[in-house]
Amino acid sequence: MLPQAARIVETQRENANTRTFVFDAHWRARPGQFLMAWLPRFDEKPFSLVDDDPVTITVAAVGPFTRLLHRLEPGDRVWLRGPLGRGFRPEGQRMLLVGGGYGSAPLDFLARRAKNAAITAVIGARTAADLLFVERLARSGADVQVTTEDGSAGEKGLVTAVVEPLLARGGFDALYACGPHGMLAALEALARRHRVPAQLSWEAYMRCGLGLCGSCEHQGRVLCLEGPVLSFNNCSSRGRSFTRHV
Amino acid sequence: MPLLTPFLHLTLPSPIVLASGIWGTSAALLARAAAAGCGAVTSKSAGPEPRRGHVNPTCIDWGAGLLNAIGLPNPGATHEVDILREAKAELAHTGAALIASFFADTVENFGRVAAILAQAQPDLLEANISCPNVHSEFGEPFAATAQSAAAVTRAVKQAVPHIPLIVKLAPDTPNIGRIAAAVVDAGADAICAINTMPGMLIDVESGQPILHNRRGGVSGPALFPIALRCVYEIHQAVPNTPIIGTGGVTTGKDAAAMLMAGATAVGVGSAIHYRGPDALTLIRDELAAWLDSHGHDSPAAIHALAHREPRYDLHPTPAPIPK
Repeated sequence: MLPQAARIVETQRENANTRTFVFDAHWRARPGQFLMAWLPRFDEKPFSLVDDDPVTITVAAVGPFTRLLHRLEPGDRVWLRGPLGRGFRPEGQRMLLVGGGYGSAPLDFLARRAKNAAITAVIGARTAADLLFVERLARSGADVQVTTEDGSAGEKGLVTAVVEPLLARGGFDALYACGPHGMLAALEALARRHRVPAQLSWEAYMRCGLGLCGSCEHQGRVLCLEGPVLSFNNCSSRGRSFTRHV
Repeated sequence: MPLLTPFLHLTLPSPIVLASGIWGTSAALLARAAAAGCGAVTSKSAGPEPRRGHVNPTCIDWGAGLLNAIGLPNPGATHEVDILREAKAELAHTGAALIASFFADTVENFGRVAAILAQAQPDLLEANISCPNVHSEFGEPFAATAQSAAAVTRAVKQAVPHIPLIVKLAPDTPNIGRIAAAVVDAGADAICAINTMPGMLIDVESGQPILHNRRGGVSGPALFPIALRCVYEIHQAVPNTPIIGTGGVTTGKDAAAMLMAGATAVGVGSAIHYRGPDALTLIRDELAAWLDSHGHDSPAAIHALAHREPRYDLHPTPAPIPK
Protein backbone atom coordinates (compact mmCIF):
# COMPACT_ATOMS: atom_id res chain seq x y z
CA MET A 1 0.00 0.00 0.00
CA LEU A 2 1.54 3.29 -1.13
CA PRO A 3 0.77 6.56 0.69
CA GLN A 4 -2.21 8.32 -0.91
CA ALA A 5 -2.35 12.10 -1.04
CA ALA A 6 -5.40 13.44 0.82
CA ARG A 7 -6.59 17.01 1.32
CA ILE A 8 -7.63 18.42 4.66
CA VAL A 9 -11.27 19.55 4.36
CA GLU A 10 -11.78 20.72 7.92
CA THR A 11 -9.86 21.19 11.17
CA GLN A 12 -11.18 21.83 14.66
CA ARG A 13 -9.56 22.55 18.01
CA GLU A 14 -10.28 19.92 20.67
CA ASN A 15 -8.30 21.27 23.62
CA ALA A 16 -5.24 23.39 24.40
CA ASN A 17 -2.83 21.41 22.17
CA THR A 18 -5.04 18.99 20.26
CA ARG A 19 -6.57 19.43 16.79
CA THR A 20 -8.81 17.22 14.71
CA PHE A 21 -8.26 16.87 10.94
CA VAL A 22 -10.91 15.67 8.51
CA PHE A 23 -9.64 14.47 5.10
CA ASP A 24 -11.26 14.01 1.71
CA ALA A 25 -10.67 10.25 2.05
CA HIS A 26 -13.32 7.64 2.69
CA TRP A 27 -12.35 4.28 4.16
CA ARG A 28 -13.98 1.32 5.84
CA ALA A 29 -12.16 0.63 9.11
CA ARG A 30 -12.58 -0.57 12.68
CA PRO A 31 -12.21 1.74 15.65
CA GLY A 32 -8.73 1.18 17.10
CA GLN A 33 -7.14 0.78 13.67
CA PHE A 34 -4.60 3.42 12.71
CA LEU A 35 -3.10 5.21 9.74
CA MET A 36 0.38 6.46 8.92
CA ALA A 37 0.41 10.16 8.00
CA TRP A 38 3.34 11.32 5.86
CA LEU A 39 4.68 14.76 5.05
CA PRO A 40 7.20 14.22 2.23
CA ARG A 41 10.85 14.63 3.23
CA PHE A 42 9.82 15.29 6.85
CA ASP A 43 8.47 12.25 8.72
CA GLU A 44 5.64 9.72 8.90
CA LYS A 45 3.78 8.95 12.15
CA PRO A 46 0.92 6.67 13.27
CA PHE A 47 -2.45 8.06 14.40
CA SER A 48 -5.57 6.34 15.66
CA LEU A 49 -8.59 6.73 13.42
CA VAL A 50 -11.24 8.96 14.96
CA ASP A 51 -13.50 8.22 12.01
CA ASP A 52 -13.17 6.30 8.74
CA ASP A 53 -15.72 8.08 6.52
CA PRO A 54 -14.49 10.72 6.14
CA VAL A 55 -11.06 9.75 7.43
CA THR A 56 -10.45 11.75 10.62
CA ILE A 57 -7.55 11.92 13.08
CA THR A 58 -6.96 13.92 16.24
CA VAL A 59 -3.42 15.13 16.77
CA ALA A 60 -1.70 16.48 19.88
CA ALA A 61 1.18 18.86 19.18
CA VAL A 62 3.95 17.09 21.04
CA GLY A 63 6.90 17.09 18.62
CA PRO A 64 8.18 18.58 15.35
CA PHE A 65 5.90 16.47 13.12
CA THR A 66 2.70 17.12 15.03
CA ARG A 67 3.52 20.84 15.40
CA LEU A 68 3.96 20.99 11.62
CA LEU A 69 0.62 19.19 11.14
CA HIS A 70 -1.07 21.78 13.38
CA ARG A 71 0.06 24.54 11.00
CA LEU A 72 -1.74 22.92 8.05
CA GLU A 73 -5.09 24.26 6.89
CA PRO A 74 -8.03 23.07 4.80
CA GLY A 75 -6.80 22.46 1.25
CA ASP A 76 -3.32 21.35 2.38
CA ARG A 77 -2.24 17.79 1.61
CA VAL A 78 -1.15 14.94 3.88
CA TRP A 79 -0.24 11.48 2.55
CA LEU A 80 -2.07 8.61 4.26
CA ARG A 81 -1.51 4.84 4.49
CA GLY A 82 -4.20 2.74 6.11
CA PRO A 83 -6.26 1.45 7.73
CA LEU A 84 -3.55 -0.55 9.48
CA GLY A 85 -3.52 -3.01 12.37
CA ARG A 86 -6.30 -4.74 14.25
CA GLY A 87 -8.90 -2.63 15.98
CA PHE A 88 -11.54 -3.04 18.65
CA ARG A 89 -14.38 -5.46 18.17
CA PRO A 90 -17.50 -4.21 19.95
CA GLU A 91 -18.93 -7.11 21.93
CA GLY A 92 -21.67 -7.32 24.53
CA GLN A 93 -24.43 -5.00 25.57
CA ARG A 94 -22.67 -3.25 28.45
CA MET A 95 -19.30 -1.80 27.53
CA LEU A 96 -16.79 -0.02 29.77
CA LEU A 97 -14.49 2.33 27.84
CA VAL A 98 -11.40 3.79 29.51
CA GLY A 99 -9.19 6.47 27.96
CA GLY A 100 -6.11 8.04 29.43
CA GLY A 101 -4.63 11.24 27.99
CA TYR A 102 -4.61 11.12 24.18
CA GLY A 103 -5.84 7.52 24.46
CA SER A 104 -9.45 8.63 24.35
CA ALA A 105 -9.01 9.43 20.62
CA PRO A 106 -10.34 6.08 19.25
CA LEU A 107 -12.98 5.57 21.95
CA ASP A 108 -15.67 7.87 20.56
CA PHE A 109 -15.35 6.06 17.20
CA LEU A 110 -15.86 2.81 19.13
CA ALA A 111 -18.87 4.21 21.00
CA ARG A 112 -20.50 5.29 17.73
CA ARG A 113 -19.90 1.83 16.23
CA ALA A 114 -21.40 0.05 19.24
CA LYS A 115 -24.83 1.48 18.50
CA ASN A 116 -27.01 -0.71 20.67
CA ALA A 117 -24.74 -1.13 23.69
CA ALA A 118 -24.99 0.75 26.98
CA ILE A 119 -21.67 2.53 27.31
CA THR A 120 -19.87 3.85 30.35
CA ALA A 121 -16.74 5.85 29.60
CA VAL A 122 -14.05 6.84 32.09
CA ILE A 123 -11.81 9.57 30.70
CA GLY A 124 -8.68 10.60 32.54
CA ALA A 125 -6.08 13.33 32.01
CA ARG A 126 -3.51 15.30 33.94
CA THR A 127 -5.63 18.46 34.16
CA ALA A 128 -9.05 19.68 33.00
CA ALA A 129 -7.35 21.37 30.03
CA ASP A 130 -5.93 18.03 28.84
CA LEU A 131 -9.26 16.17 28.82
CA LEU A 132 -10.16 14.91 25.36
CA PHE A 133 -13.48 13.85 23.80
CA VAL A 134 -15.60 14.14 26.96
CA GLU A 135 -18.34 16.03 25.11
CA ARG A 136 -18.04 13.86 21.99
CA LEU A 137 -18.55 10.69 24.05
CA ALA A 138 -21.51 12.24 25.85
CA ARG A 139 -23.03 13.19 22.48
CA SER A 140 -22.52 9.58 21.35
CA GLY A 141 -24.70 8.47 24.26
CA ALA A 142 -22.04 7.32 26.72
CA ASP A 143 -22.31 7.86 30.46
CA VAL A 144 -19.02 9.73 30.93
CA GLN A 145 -17.02 9.93 34.15
CA VAL A 146 -13.94 12.12 34.38
CA THR A 147 -10.75 11.93 36.42
CA THR A 148 -7.84 14.39 36.55
CA GLU A 149 -4.57 13.97 38.35
CA ASP A 150 -4.74 17.48 39.82
CA GLY A 151 -8.46 17.37 40.61
CA SER A 152 -9.27 20.31 38.29
CA ALA A 153 -12.19 18.30 36.86
CA GLY A 154 -14.07 15.21 38.00
CA GLU A 155 -12.52 12.81 40.50
CA LYS A 156 -8.97 13.59 41.59
CA GLY A 157 -6.60 10.75 40.75
CA LEU A 158 -6.14 8.08 38.09
CA VAL A 159 -8.80 6.32 36.00
CA THR A 160 -8.14 3.07 37.84
CA ALA A 161 -9.59 4.57 41.04
CA VAL A 162 -12.93 4.91 39.24
CA VAL A 163 -12.67 1.73 37.18
CA GLU A 164 -11.93 -0.59 40.11
CA PRO A 165 -15.28 -0.05 41.90
CA LEU A 166 -17.13 -0.15 38.56
CA LEU A 167 -15.63 -3.56 37.76
CA ALA A 168 -16.17 -4.73 41.36
CA ARG A 169 -19.85 -3.84 41.10
CA GLY A 170 -19.99 -6.02 37.98
CA GLY A 171 -22.35 -5.83 35.06
CA PHE A 172 -19.87 -5.09 32.25
CA ASP A 173 -19.47 -7.50 29.36
CA ALA A 174 -16.09 -6.13 28.34
CA LEU A 175 -13.48 -3.48 29.03
CA TYR A 176 -12.00 -1.39 26.18
CA ALA A 177 -9.07 0.89 26.85
CA CYS A 178 -6.44 3.05 25.23
CA GLY A 179 -3.78 5.08 26.97
CA PRO A 180 -0.32 4.98 28.50
CA HIS A 181 1.30 1.58 29.12
CA GLY A 182 1.19 2.00 32.90
CA MET A 183 -2.55 2.60 32.80
CA LEU A 184 -3.14 -0.36 30.49
CA ALA A 185 -1.03 -2.68 32.65
CA ALA A 186 -3.05 -1.63 35.71
CA LEU A 187 -6.35 -2.11 33.84
CA GLU A 188 -5.19 -5.50 32.56
CA ALA A 189 -4.58 -6.59 36.15
CA LEU A 190 -7.99 -5.27 37.23
CA ALA A 191 -9.77 -7.00 34.34
CA ARG A 192 -8.09 -10.29 35.18
CA ARG A 193 -8.96 -9.95 38.85
CA HIS A 194 -12.61 -9.27 38.06
CA ARG A 195 -12.72 -11.77 35.19
CA VAL A 196 -13.86 -9.30 32.57
CA PRO A 197 -12.75 -9.76 28.92
CA ALA A 198 -10.63 -6.83 27.82
CA GLN A 199 -9.47 -5.22 24.60
CA LEU A 200 -6.49 -2.96 25.20
CA SER A 201 -4.89 -0.66 22.61
CA TRP A 202 -1.13 -0.42 23.21
CA GLU A 203 0.83 2.54 21.90
CA ALA A 204 4.17 1.74 20.29
CA TYR A 205 6.76 3.25 18.00
CA MET A 206 5.62 2.04 14.57
CA ARG A 207 8.45 1.87 12.09
CA CYS A 208 7.76 -0.42 9.09
CA GLY A 209 4.01 -0.69 9.75
CA LEU A 210 4.07 -4.08 8.00
CA GLY A 211 4.75 -6.44 10.92
CA LEU A 212 8.37 -7.05 9.94
CA CYS A 213 10.89 -4.86 11.71
CA GLY A 214 9.90 -5.69 15.30
CA SER A 215 10.15 -2.07 16.54
CA CYS A 216 6.62 -2.20 18.00
CA GLU A 217 6.99 -5.57 19.77
CA HIS A 218 4.92 -5.95 22.95
CA GLN A 219 4.43 -9.24 24.77
CA GLY A 220 5.86 -11.11 21.77
CA ARG A 221 3.42 -9.50 19.32
CA VAL A 222 4.13 -7.00 16.56
CA LEU A 223 1.57 -4.32 17.37
CA CYS A 224 1.46 -2.66 13.92
CA LEU A 225 0.10 -5.90 12.45
CA GLU A 226 -1.36 -7.91 15.34
CA GLY A 227 -2.33 -4.87 17.43
CA PRO A 228 -2.49 -2.17 18.49
CA VAL A 229 -5.54 -3.75 20.15
CA LEU A 230 -4.72 -6.98 21.99
CA SER A 231 -7.58 -8.76 23.64
CA PHE A 232 -7.99 -11.47 26.21
CA ASN A 233 -10.94 -13.32 27.56
CA ASN A 234 -10.76 -14.08 31.26
CA CYS A 235 -13.69 -16.40 31.03
CA SER A 236 -11.68 -18.96 29.07
CA SER A 237 -9.63 -21.55 30.93
CA ARG A 238 -6.36 -20.35 29.41
CA GLY A 239 -5.45 -17.31 31.44
CA ARG A 240 -2.93 -15.53 29.30
CA SER A 241 -4.06 -16.25 25.78
CA PHE A 242 -4.47 -13.24 23.59
CA THR A 243 -7.02 -13.83 20.90
CA ARG A 244 -6.74 -12.33 17.46
CA HIS A 245 -9.26 -10.20 15.66
CA VAL A 246 -10.46 -10.41 12.13
CA MET B 1 8.36 -35.73 6.80
CA PRO B 2 11.49 -34.93 8.79
CA LEU B 3 13.05 -31.63 7.74
CA LEU B 4 16.26 -32.11 9.69
CA THR B 5 18.95 -30.05 8.02
CA PRO B 6 22.65 -30.57 8.66
CA PHE B 7 24.31 -27.16 8.63
CA LEU B 8 28.01 -26.96 9.50
CA HIS B 9 28.35 -28.53 12.99
CA LEU B 10 24.61 -28.21 13.66
CA THR B 11 21.51 -30.19 12.80
CA LEU B 12 18.68 -27.69 12.35
CA PRO B 13 15.12 -28.91 13.01
CA SER B 14 14.08 -27.37 9.68
CA PRO B 15 15.81 -25.56 6.81
CA ILE B 16 13.70 -22.42 7.35
CA VAL B 17 15.72 -19.52 8.81
CA LEU B 18 14.27 -16.27 10.15
CA ALA B 19 16.15 -13.65 8.12
CA SER B 20 18.04 -10.84 9.79
CA GLY B 21 16.11 -7.62 10.29
CA ILE B 22 12.79 -9.41 10.64
CA TRP B 23 11.42 -9.63 14.19
CA GLY B 24 14.97 -10.06 15.55
CA THR B 25 14.67 -7.19 18.00
CA SER B 26 13.62 -9.21 21.04
CA ALA B 27 14.08 -12.65 22.58
CA ALA B 28 10.30 -13.07 22.64
CA LEU B 29 9.98 -12.64 18.87
CA LEU B 30 13.02 -14.83 18.10
CA ALA B 31 11.54 -17.57 20.29
CA ARG B 32 8.19 -17.14 18.56
CA ALA B 33 9.83 -17.63 15.14
CA ALA B 34 11.54 -20.78 16.40
CA ALA B 35 8.26 -22.12 17.78
CA ALA B 36 6.65 -21.35 14.40
CA GLY B 37 9.02 -23.76 12.67
CA CYS B 38 12.34 -22.05 12.00
CA GLY B 39 15.43 -24.23 12.25
CA ALA B 40 17.48 -21.12 12.98
CA VAL B 41 16.64 -17.53 13.83
CA THR B 42 18.74 -14.47 13.09
CA SER B 43 18.85 -11.48 15.41
CA LYS B 44 18.61 -7.93 14.10
CA SER B 45 22.08 -6.68 13.10
CA ALA B 46 23.89 -5.06 16.01
CA GLY B 47 26.65 -2.51 15.57
CA PRO B 48 29.40 -0.96 17.70
CA GLU B 49 27.15 1.82 19.05
CA PRO B 50 23.39 2.24 19.59
CA ARG B 51 21.56 3.59 16.52
CA ARG B 52 18.08 5.04 16.12
CA GLY B 53 17.70 4.07 12.48
CA HIS B 54 16.16 6.22 9.76
CA VAL B 55 13.19 8.57 9.98
CA ASN B 56 9.89 7.17 8.57
CA PRO B 57 8.76 6.16 6.00
CA THR B 58 11.14 3.23 6.36
CA CYS B 59 9.22 0.47 4.60
CA ILE B 60 6.72 0.44 1.76
CA ASP B 61 4.73 -2.23 -0.07
CA TRP B 62 4.77 -1.06 -3.71
CA GLY B 63 2.85 -3.93 -5.27
CA ALA B 64 5.47 -6.38 -6.54
CA GLY B 65 7.66 -6.23 -3.47
CA LEU B 66 8.71 -4.17 -0.50
CA LEU B 67 11.23 -1.36 -0.30
CA ASN B 68 12.85 -0.65 3.06
CA ALA B 69 15.49 1.54 4.63
CA ILE B 70 15.08 0.92 8.34
CA GLY B 71 18.64 2.11 8.88
CA LEU B 72 20.01 -0.55 11.25
CA PRO B 73 18.38 0.61 14.50
CA ASN B 74 19.92 -1.39 17.34
CA PRO B 75 20.84 -1.03 21.00
CA GLY B 76 24.60 -1.47 20.39
CA ALA B 77 26.67 -4.62 20.71
CA THR B 78 27.06 -4.48 24.49
CA HIS B 79 23.32 -4.39 25.15
CA GLU B 80 22.70 -6.83 22.30
CA VAL B 81 24.61 -9.45 24.31
CA ASP B 82 21.79 -9.39 26.91
CA ILE B 83 19.14 -9.89 24.19
CA LEU B 84 21.14 -12.76 22.65
CA ARG B 85 21.62 -14.44 26.05
CA GLU B 86 17.91 -14.21 26.76
CA ALA B 87 17.09 -15.49 23.27
CA LYS B 88 19.50 -18.41 23.61
CA ALA B 89 17.85 -19.45 26.86
CA GLU B 90 14.37 -19.24 25.32
CA LEU B 91 15.47 -21.17 22.21
CA ALA B 92 17.06 -24.01 24.18
CA HIS B 93 14.00 -26.25 24.21
CA THR B 94 13.17 -25.67 20.51
CA GLY B 95 16.42 -27.00 19.06
CA ALA B 96 16.63 -23.95 16.80
CA ALA B 97 20.01 -22.30 16.32
CA LEU B 98 20.67 -18.66 17.15
CA ILE B 99 22.47 -16.61 14.50
CA ALA B 100 23.86 -13.30 15.77
CA SER B 101 23.95 -10.75 12.96
CA PHE B 102 26.20 -7.73 13.18
CA PHE B 103 27.65 -4.84 11.20
CA ALA B 104 30.32 -2.21 11.71
CA ASP B 105 31.77 0.88 10.11
CA THR B 106 35.35 -0.38 9.77
CA VAL B 107 37.10 -3.72 9.25
CA GLU B 108 38.57 -3.52 12.77
CA ASN B 109 35.19 -2.80 14.33
CA PHE B 110 33.71 -5.91 12.65
CA GLY B 111 36.18 -7.93 14.71
CA ARG B 112 35.47 -5.90 17.84
CA VAL B 113 31.67 -6.28 17.57
CA ALA B 114 31.97 -10.01 16.83
CA ALA B 115 34.10 -10.46 19.95
CA ILE B 116 31.48 -8.66 22.07
CA LEU B 117 28.56 -10.69 20.66
CA ALA B 118 30.55 -13.91 21.14
CA GLN B 119 30.12 -13.42 24.91
CA ALA B 120 26.51 -14.58 24.43
CA GLN B 121 27.76 -17.75 22.70
CA PRO B 122 25.43 -17.67 19.70
CA ASP B 123 25.53 -20.82 17.57
CA LEU B 124 26.60 -18.85 14.50
CA LEU B 125 27.75 -15.32 13.66
CA GLU B 126 26.51 -13.51 10.57
CA ALA B 127 28.55 -10.59 9.28
CA ASN B 128 26.19 -8.16 7.53
CA ILE B 129 28.57 -6.54 5.04
CA SER B 130 25.77 -5.70 2.63
CA CYS B 131 23.21 -3.33 4.18
CA PRO B 132 22.31 -1.05 1.25
CA ASN B 133 20.81 1.69 3.42
CA VAL B 134 23.65 3.32 5.30
CA HIS B 135 25.71 4.66 2.36
CA SER B 136 25.61 8.24 3.57
CA GLU B 137 27.27 7.27 6.84
CA PHE B 138 29.34 4.17 6.07
CA GLY B 139 30.15 4.54 2.37
CA GLU B 140 30.09 1.63 -0.02
CA PRO B 141 29.15 -1.73 1.58
CA PHE B 142 32.08 -4.06 2.28
CA ALA B 143 30.31 -6.63 0.07
CA ALA B 144 30.97 -4.46 -2.99
CA THR B 145 34.49 -5.78 -3.60
CA ALA B 146 36.18 -9.12 -3.03
CA GLN B 147 39.06 -7.38 -1.23
CA SER B 148 36.97 -5.56 1.39
CA ALA B 149 34.63 -8.56 1.89
CA ALA B 150 37.64 -10.80 2.51
CA ALA B 151 39.25 -8.26 4.84
CA VAL B 152 36.15 -8.19 7.07
CA THR B 153 35.99 -11.99 7.03
CA ARG B 154 39.62 -12.31 8.13
CA ALA B 155 39.15 -9.72 10.91
CA VAL B 156 36.11 -11.56 12.31
CA LYS B 157 37.70 -15.01 12.08
CA GLN B 158 40.77 -13.68 13.86
CA ALA B 159 38.66 -12.09 16.63
CA VAL B 160 36.32 -15.07 17.08
CA PRO B 161 37.86 -18.25 15.65
CA HIS B 162 35.62 -20.61 17.64
CA ILE B 163 32.15 -19.62 16.33
CA PRO B 164 31.36 -20.45 12.69
CA LEU B 165 30.94 -17.34 10.54
CA ILE B 166 28.28 -16.70 7.91
CA VAL B 167 28.95 -13.76 5.58
CA LYS B 168 25.88 -12.05 4.10
CA LEU B 169 26.42 -10.88 0.53
CA ALA B 170 24.85 -8.17 -1.62
CA PRO B 171 23.20 -8.86 -4.99
CA ASP B 172 24.35 -5.67 -6.73
CA THR B 173 27.72 -6.85 -7.90
CA PRO B 174 28.69 -8.06 -11.37
CA ASN B 175 30.14 -11.35 -10.11
CA ILE B 176 28.79 -12.58 -6.78
CA GLY B 177 30.56 -15.92 -7.20
CA ARG B 178 33.92 -14.15 -7.13
CA ILE B 179 32.99 -12.35 -3.86
CA ALA B 180 31.78 -15.64 -2.34
CA ALA B 181 35.02 -17.37 -3.29
CA ALA B 182 37.04 -14.53 -1.73
CA VAL B 183 35.22 -14.68 1.63
CA VAL B 184 35.38 -18.49 1.76
CA ASP B 185 39.09 -18.25 0.99
CA ALA B 186 39.39 -15.74 3.86
CA GLY B 187 37.80 -18.20 6.28
CA ALA B 188 34.01 -17.79 6.01
CA ASP B 189 32.24 -21.02 7.01
CA ALA B 190 28.96 -20.27 5.21
CA ILE B 191 27.30 -17.68 2.97
CA CYS B 192 23.96 -15.96 3.37
CA ALA B 193 22.69 -14.66 0.05
CA ILE B 194 21.27 -12.21 -0.52
CA ASN B 195 20.65 -8.90 1.18
CA THR B 196 18.06 -6.61 -0.40
CA MET B 197 18.56 -5.02 -3.85
CA PRO B 198 19.00 -1.23 -3.84
CA GLY B 199 16.01 0.65 -5.23
CA MET B 200 13.90 3.80 -4.99
CA LEU B 201 10.26 4.84 -5.13
CA ILE B 202 8.99 8.33 -5.94
CA ASP B 203 5.56 9.67 -5.00
CA VAL B 204 4.44 11.49 -8.13
CA GLU B 205 1.98 13.75 -6.30
CA SER B 206 4.76 15.30 -4.24
CA GLY B 207 7.60 14.53 -6.64
CA GLN B 208 9.62 13.18 -3.72
CA PRO B 209 11.26 9.85 -2.84
CA ILE B 210 8.92 7.99 -0.48
CA LEU B 211 11.57 6.55 1.82
CA HIS B 212 13.10 9.20 4.03
CA ASN B 213 16.49 7.67 3.22
CA ARG B 214 15.51 8.20 -0.45
CA ARG B 215 16.96 4.81 -1.45
CA GLY B 216 16.25 1.45 0.13
CA GLY B 217 16.41 -2.29 -0.41
CA VAL B 218 13.92 -4.24 -2.50
CA SER B 219 12.63 -7.45 -0.91
CA GLY B 220 9.65 -9.74 -1.37
CA PRO B 221 8.55 -11.45 -4.62
CA ALA B 222 10.48 -8.98 -6.83
CA LEU B 223 13.72 -10.13 -5.21
CA PHE B 224 13.12 -13.87 -5.59
CA PRO B 225 14.55 -14.49 -9.10
CA ILE B 226 17.54 -12.30 -8.29
CA ALA B 227 18.21 -14.30 -5.13
CA LEU B 228 17.87 -17.63 -6.97
CA ARG B 229 20.37 -16.51 -9.60
CA CYS B 230 22.83 -15.36 -6.93
CA VAL B 231 22.56 -18.60 -4.92
CA TYR B 232 23.01 -20.60 -8.13
CA GLU B 233 26.17 -18.67 -9.01
CA ILE B 234 27.56 -18.87 -5.47
CA HIS B 235 27.06 -22.64 -5.41
CA GLN B 236 28.94 -22.88 -8.69
CA ALA B 237 31.81 -20.86 -7.22
CA VAL B 238 31.99 -22.54 -3.78
CA PRO B 239 30.15 -25.88 -4.10
CA ASN B 240 31.25 -27.17 -0.69
CA THR B 241 30.15 -24.12 1.31
CA PRO B 242 26.66 -24.13 2.84
CA ILE B 243 24.42 -21.27 1.70
CA ILE B 244 21.40 -19.75 3.43
CA GLY B 245 19.36 -18.76 0.37
CA THR B 246 17.36 -15.64 1.22
CA GLY B 247 15.29 -13.28 -0.90
CA GLY B 248 11.59 -13.25 -1.67
CA VAL B 249 10.79 -16.78 -0.54
CA THR B 250 7.04 -16.74 0.06
CA THR B 251 5.90 -20.35 -0.46
CA GLY B 252 7.13 -23.88 0.10
CA LYS B 253 7.79 -24.19 -3.63
CA ASP B 254 9.95 -21.06 -3.49
CA ALA B 255 11.91 -22.73 -0.68
CA ALA B 256 12.29 -25.89 -2.78
CA ALA B 257 13.60 -23.83 -5.70
CA MET B 258 16.10 -22.15 -3.38
CA LEU B 259 17.39 -25.54 -2.22
CA MET B 260 17.62 -26.65 -5.86
CA ALA B 261 19.67 -23.54 -6.70
CA GLY B 262 22.25 -24.67 -4.16
CA ALA B 263 21.05 -23.45 -0.77
CA THR B 264 21.28 -25.69 2.30
CA ALA B 265 18.85 -23.56 4.32
CA VAL B 266 16.28 -20.96 3.29
CA GLY B 267 15.87 -17.50 4.78
CA VAL B 268 12.38 -16.03 5.14
CA GLY B 269 11.48 -12.43 5.95
CA SER B 270 9.08 -10.32 3.90
CA ALA B 271 6.74 -13.32 3.56
CA ILE B 272 5.50 -12.44 7.05
CA HIS B 273 4.01 -9.30 5.49
CA TYR B 274 2.48 -11.18 2.57
CA ARG B 275 1.09 -14.16 4.49
CA GLY B 276 0.97 -12.94 8.10
CA PRO B 277 2.84 -14.19 11.16
CA ASP B 278 1.97 -17.80 10.26
CA ALA B 279 4.12 -17.55 7.10
CA LEU B 280 7.07 -19.34 8.70
CA THR B 281 4.94 -22.36 9.60
CA LEU B 282 3.10 -22.34 6.28
CA ILE B 283 6.31 -22.29 4.23
CA ARG B 284 7.87 -25.06 6.34
CA ASP B 285 4.78 -27.25 6.03
CA GLU B 286 4.37 -26.60 2.30
CA LEU B 287 8.01 -27.53 1.72
CA ALA B 288 7.56 -30.74 3.72
CA ALA B 289 4.41 -31.64 1.76
CA TRP B 290 6.07 -30.88 -1.56
CA LEU B 291 9.12 -33.01 -0.76
CA ASP B 292 6.87 -35.81 0.43
CA SER B 293 4.63 -35.74 -2.64
CA HIS B 294 7.69 -35.90 -4.91
CA GLY B 295 9.28 -38.84 -3.12
CA HIS B 296 12.12 -36.92 -1.49
CA ASP B 297 13.02 -37.97 2.03
CA SER B 298 14.83 -34.79 3.11
CA PRO B 299 15.61 -31.22 2.02
CA ALA B 300 19.14 -32.43 1.22
CA ALA B 301 17.68 -34.70 -1.48
CA ILE B 302 17.00 -31.72 -3.75
CA HIS B 303 20.08 -29.70 -2.79
CA ALA B 304 21.66 -28.17 -5.92
CA LEU B 305 19.36 -30.23 -8.16
CA ALA B 306 19.30 -27.39 -10.72
CA HIS B 307 23.02 -27.90 -11.28
CA ARG B 308 22.46 -31.48 -12.46
CA GLU B 309 20.77 -31.06 -15.82
CA PRO B 310 19.02 -33.87 -17.69
CA ARG B 311 20.74 -35.35 -20.77
CA TYR B 312 18.92 -36.02 -24.07
CA ASP B 313 20.05 -37.92 -27.15
CA LEU B 314 19.00 -35.11 -29.45
CA HIS B 315 19.98 -31.45 -29.48
CA PRO B 316 17.39 -28.63 -29.58
CA THR B 317 16.95 -27.01 -32.98
CA PRO B 318 18.73 -23.65 -32.97
CA ALA B 319 16.70 -20.58 -33.81
CA PRO B 320 17.07 -19.40 -37.44
CA ILE B 321 19.36 -16.45 -38.11
CA PRO B 322 17.06 -13.46 -38.75
CA LYS B 323 17.07 -12.28 -42.36
